[in-house]
Amino acid sequence: MSKQIRRLKERLIEGALLLSALFSIFITAGIIAVLFFETFEFFKEVSIIEFLTDTQWTPLFAEKHFGILPLFAGTLLTTLIAVIVAIPIGLTSAIYLSEYASDRVRTAVKPALEILAAIPTVVYGYFALLLVTPALQMIFPDLSGFNALSPGIVMGIMIIPIISSLSEDAMHAVPMGLREGAYALGSTRLQVATRVVVPAAFSGIAASFILGISRAVGETMIVAIAAGQQPRLTMNPFVPVETVTAYIVQVSLGDTPTGTIEYRTIFAVGISLFVVTFGLNMISYWLRKRFREEY
Amino acid sequence: MKRIFLCVVLALVSVSITSNAYPAVTVKVDGSSTVYPITEAVAEEFQGAEKGKTRVTVGISGTGGGFKKLCNGESDIADASRPIKPSEVELCKKKGIEYIELPVAYDGLAIMVNPKNNWVDHITVKELKKLWEPAAQGKIKKWNQIRPNWPNKEIHLFGAGVDSGTYDYFTEAIVGTEHASRGDYTSSEDDNVLVQGIATDVLALGFTGVAYYEHNKESLKLVPVDDGNVSNGRGPVLPTYENVTKSLYQPLSRPLFIYVNKKSSERPEVMRFVEFYLKNAAELTREVGYISLPDRAYDLALKRFADRRTGSIFGGHGSQVGVKIEELLQKK
Repeated sequence: MSKQIRRLKERLIEGALLLSALFSIFITAGIIAVLFFETFEFFKEVSIIEFLTDTQWTPLFAEKHFGILPLFAGTLLTTLIAVIVAIPIGLTSAIYLSEYASDRVRTAVKPALEILAAIPTVVYGYFALLLVTPALQMIFPDLSGFNALSPGIVMGIMIIPIISSLSEDAMHAVPMGLREGAYALGSTRLQVATRVVVPAAFSGIAASFILGISRAVGETMIVAIAAGQQPRLTMNPFVPVETVTAYIVQVSLGDTPTGTIEYRTIFAVGISLFVVTFGLNMISYWLRKRFREEY
Repeated sequence: MKRIFLCVVLALVSVSITSNAYPAVTVKVDGSSTVYPITEAVAEEFQGAEKGKTRVTVGISGTGGGFKKLCNGESDIADASRPIKPSEVELCKKKGIEYIELPVAYDGLAIMVNPKNNWVDHITVKELKKLWEPAAQGKIKKWNQIRPNWPNKEIHLFGAGVDSGTYDYFTEAIVGTEHASRGDYTSSEDDNVLVQGIATDVLALGFTGVAYYEHNKESLKLVPVDDGNVSNGRGPVLPTYENVTKSLYQPLSRPLFIYVNKKSSERPEVMRFVEFYLKNAAELTREVGYISLPDRAYDLALKRFADRRTGSIFGGHGSQVGVKIEELLQKK
């Protein structure tokens, strides 16, 4: 009897575990299904060619244009600026932490760097709008109050810990023997770092770059607050732009009636964003596998 | 297992306790961000006078959003910066919600530029139309396209978002068609975003309710507007108290309203709040930078509320330009 009860209990627990594992899969599938459904409805009314090639995005206004290019230009521009800020700083600090810093410094500095990742993005947003932009305006008087430059820089600061921390993990995992071999051949510390450790940890470093980029592409709050809300097909970092994510925020905060074409734009835009970040994550995964050095 | 069960029970209990922690009576207001400062000021005074017995919540989901909530029975009062529109009248009818329309203040829409802008001394309604109409989209991009002696530099436009009554009113007054404008400008339902944008951008031009100018005088420059019509004022006019109440600042001054759900108005706390509102609006509107109605208009509005007279004095047609509120109230 007790054996039977125990078996039943086992089965119940197993079922519960399976259910919770399936739960997140169902949710993901549900989200994708809704995205696809609404996007399908959207493309019944707007041709996909117009969506991808029109250079204006004004679905909420009298003269409607559904060209996603201005939104992607905004995202590309802010991301590019963020990457220019984050990759050099992130990589050099990773090299320092992994190759130069003593264990004591490393255990103190690494968590401190990771605190950057704990700052809520809305705080970063106001930091960009109220502090960085006015400071930049002292250097560039032509800079608009809303612009791509300042949120781009702040977003770069935000993704530094992603890049430095993941790259550092990858470098730290490089076996000591490789370094010792290089030292034995008379290499300097810098040579060991740049010619031995970085190439050996390349797959991890590249994956951290891609993850950082993917984070910047999907970042919402900073750009919604500080970049402006004007879709503009431009690569000029001094004028207001609107990113893909900021547009979604703008529409979902207003009261666009459900079922209208204006409402469906956010799904079409959302799925485009999903495709991009999904693609980036796949690249990161592939890089990690393809260039992984086994020791 | 037992422990998990206990946790769930505890969680449920704590949820039910916290939801009971609020005061029992609440007046829910939602709608226009333009009317918000007035309602918020009234709500503060009212809550003080009630000594915490009653809570008033004031949202800012835009005039359209406010009507939607009112007609869904989700709020007691809607703040509105324009009269109710036919589509909203229809929605309320469908849900069986009746409403009482009460004017609370005048507002002038201010046209503003950056203080460092030294070329704009005034602007005409015609120029504003050329700048904001749908046909301008992607074409009118530089200052000298509006007036040849203005600089050959990009113009950065800031304006109310499409969900706000301010947008509806502006388009009606300037473009001539409600809800029609160019789309390539920085639009936001939050007037503070617009103020911030104009205050930090030399090439900016934008519009908000005049109250937002009053609170940010040092960082903005007001532009006088010339309606090109000699009969109501000569040349460019600023949205001052006098100009707005005398209907000289045309076509950009407008009345602001609250719409009270008739059924909610039977609740004593809502009744007290609305009466408090109309009795104190004259003083408080001035305090927050708006322009109060003539005393007579507030008396007429109080009477309208006491009679629970439903419907809109504008016949449910949305924004109208150049109206004198006391005349309309008297008519009925």
